[in-house]
Amino acid sequence: MNDNNGYAVRTDKLTRRFGSFTAVDAIDLAVKPGEIFGFLGANGAGKTTAIRMLCGLLAPTEGEAWVDGLPISSKAEEVKRHIGYMSQKFSLYNDLHVIENLEFYGGVYGLDKAEIRSRSTELLARVGLEDKGRTMTVDLSLGYKQRLALGCSVIHRPNILFLDEPTSGVDPIARRQFWDLIYELADQGTTVFVTTHYMDEAEYCSRVSIMVAGHIEAMGAPEELKTKHDVPDMQQLFITLVNR
Amino acid sequence: MKRILALARKEVLHILRDPRSLAVAIAMPLGMLLLFGYAIDMELRSLPVGVMDLDHSQTSRAIVRDMTAGGFIVDAGRIHSRDEVERGFRRKKFLAVLVFPEGMDRDLANGNSPTIQLMIDGSDAATAQTVENYLSAVIARKNIEILREDLGDIKPPLEARVRFLFNPELRSPDFVVPGLTAVIMIMICALLTSVAVAREKETGTMEQIMTTPIKPSHVLIGKVIPYMVIAVLDATLVLLIGRVVFHVQMAGSWWILAAYSLLYLFISLALGLLVSTLAKTQQVAMTVALVATMLPTLLLSGFLFPISGMPLVLQWFAHIIPATYYLEVIRGIMLTGRHWYPFELGIMIVMALFLMSVSMRKFRSRLD
Amino acid sequence: MIAEVETKRALTIRNLHKSFGEVQALRGVDIQTKPGEIFGIIGPDGAGKTTLMRILCGLMVPDVGDVDLLGFDPVTQTHEVRERIGYMPQRFSLYPDLSVVENLRFFADLYLVSKEDVAQNEPRLMDFSRLQSFRKRKAGALSGGMKQKLALICTLIHTPELLILDEPTFGVDPVSRQEFWTILRDLANDGLSIIVTTAYMDEAQLCDRLALMHHGKLITQGTPDEVTRAFGKRLLEVRSPDILRVRRGLDALHLPGINVHRFGARLHVVYENDEQEEAIRLTCHGYGAELEEIAPSVEDTFVALLQDQGEEAV
Repeated sequence: MNDNNGYAVRTDKLTRRFGSFTAVDAIDLAVKPGEIFGFLGANGAGKTTAIRMLCGLLAPTEGEAWVDGLPISSKAEEVKRHIGYMSQKFSLYNDLHVIENLEFYGGVYGLDKAEIRSRSTELLARVGLEDKGRTMTVDLSLGYKQRLALGCSVIHRPNILFLDEPTSGVDPIARRQFWDLIYELADQGTTVFVTTHYMDEAEYCSRVSIMVAGHIEAMGAPEELKTKHDVPDMQQLFITLVNR
Repeated sequence: MKRILALARKEVLHILRDPRSLAVAIAMPLGMLLLFGYAIDMELRSLPVGVMDLDHSQTSRAIVRDMTAGGFIVDAGRIHSRDEVERGFRRKKFLAVLVFPEGMDRDLANGNSPTIQLMIDGSDAATAQTVENYLSAVIARKNIEILREDLGDIKPPLEARVRFLFNPELRSPDFVVPGLTAVIMIMICALLTSVAVAREKETGTMEQIMTTPIKPSHVLIGKVIPYMVIAVLDATLVLLIGRVVFHVQMAGSWWILAAYSLLYLFISLALGLLVSTLAKTQQVAMTVALVATMLPTLLLSGFLFPISGMPLVLQWFAHIIPATYYLEVIRGIMLTGRHWYPFELGIMIVMALFLMSVSMRKFRSRLD
Repeated sequence: MIAEVETKRALTIRNLHKSFGEVQALRGVDIQTKPGEIFGIIGPDGAGKTTLMRILCGLMVPDVGDVDLLGFDPVTQTHEVRERIGYMPQRFSLYPDLSVVENLRFFADLYLVSKEDVAQNEPRLMDFSRLQSFRKRKAGALSGGMKQKLALICTLIHTPELLILDEPTFGVDPVSRQEFWTILRDLANDGLSIIVTTAYMDEAQLCDRLALMHHGKLITQGTPDEVTRAFGKRLLEVRSPDILRVRRGLDALHLPGINVHRFGARLHVVYENDEQEEAIRLTCHGYGAELEEIAPSVEDTFVALLQDQGEEAV
């Protein structure tokens, strides 16, 4: 049961109840380092609750999960240092310069001064904002904001990155550029755990799970799942599983 | 008309679904009434005064007796040393100390004029002034008494006879309740309506309503009706409690007061609507409504401080506050029984029409 | 003959411009839709979709250009327009503290729908939106998909002739989205004209006709097939277990006019001519990758058209 070595995220019958309502019902996940794991599910299926537990924001009622080898029930604070989190709301300060946002998050994660400076400059270039460091964040387009938010979430070099519907509303080119960044991170060994409502994005992931009413209904590589359920695309797979 | 009712009905549902806000809308005026009625009582009474009696004579005892007779001043006890005086002032044991010098009675008998020392805590200037006046008067009366003993039944050459008109006992509730009615009506109306309109803008429902064929003015009227009812209830409640608990006097007619109040209510609503057409969020609406209605009404309308005592600029300001005129009317009706206020009535009507037409013009069914 | 063509228009938009200060939200938009048609306006956030929708319902006045909506002008005949349309704003705009049926009746009252008509329409709308069993539930307690359906039926209670829906499926899961589109299709089949915006490219296929919108302009419009035909390039799908190496190999070719996009374990390679295809095939075979020529999706088209126009991807 404690064989978490080699897994970036592993859960064992992870459960969370709110009163008599079971939001997450004994889910088992195993995500390998460097994987892009698509965590899919209908509204209200329990995705957000599950992610909050994995990020150490919510204690499980039963079961356990290990994030980067750390048990979330007892080491929640330590878990937070090993993960990065970016939500669709982009927690950026609009009245700060682009670089100041990066520096702020560097400070929050306790990086020292020299490190903050070098890391901010490096990330600025990585997300393609090198000429926008002194731009006011509010003036960025949505696509740029999204990339800046991604930069802020990896400033402390987390091993695991949680992305909660990161690409809602951006244009297709910006979306493709964003995914290129994700692939780059994954290729360098970062595990990416992503939720999305875009079923075509589900196809971008190395593996996906589909959550329905607190349970994991399917898990595997997109190609494998489509063949197994005999559907042409992820959209159909999703609809078939949820309506079952 | 049906559309207005639909909006009003919906607004009532909102109010009923949010009992906490309703409770606040009712409790706030009551809280203010109690606050002003009891805690910030404008009457002074039971002020503690210490006595350092080094004479222990009949005269000193008589003065202390006279001083505490009215209940205005209470005897805070005997003081025996100068140290005690200082300590007592610091600890607010007393606001003033009377020192009767040793041998006062004897000096009086010998025809000398002994000095009574009066020390007053000046940190609250208004109270200090009042205490000084009172104690000086007590001593002056004693002087006449002593002179009479010596010279037989003489009369002071001049005597002032003071009678307070309209509020003979200078009772604070008679003063506070009408003022509070003015504050509460404008506050409840302006605050609740502006917040209610701003909330729909904030949540986006206003955009949806605006695309229906309803007229913008009807949206405003429909939203305002329920809050008008609450404001009337509040005002009635304040007057009722003022009457029953604080025994506020009513020299005039309740019905005529109600008629003037309705006009004032209308101004308050128009002000609230004007705020809501300008404010896009509930927070802004609340802040602006408070700054525009409650504070000026409390501070500048003549409710707490007389307008004639204000700096000139504030006096001008006081004259554009609706409550200034309403206060004149409600105090007049309740305390003097006078019913006809053509000047105030005229100004209030102009204010109502002006504010209403401005807010109606500002509130249109477009976003840009 | 001409008169007949005239009456067949649900909506005509000519050369619409609208600016907010420095920002040009609309830069010359032309659209014509037919009755009973679902017309989709597809574009990312900031493309100008919401501004366009707001102008249609008379919430905003255009700087230049005119709109003919069912024969009326939203600027001068706002009232007439509003009686005939149903508008669903982007944000959920119902009252969360009112129940499903209270929300519906409120809008019925605003549109002065008679008691008889409400009695007739309400069960029908509740039925097809499958909200019947949630009549008494507070709107705030509904799921995302149900909220959207409630908002939809609130815009239908007065039986409008034209529906204007601004991103009705935003943030809603795929199952609810599919159900929502099924409802829209039924409504269109009954003759209702629908203008709908979306940021989801995959919803393009569900429209009768659509326009791709970016930075206040329509890049192209037509039926979904016509739109993808505007792609004007060729597309190869590459599959390989080691997709990263294949991609690096293709990038190393440095061929102008070739764009490579990664989709998980696949690559989409956009190219223009046989010569390029030859080079691509050669490289891919070198890595043992599989190749297949595929039809472009609406998203592929969108991206290709934007890149053609040299638009910044912002």
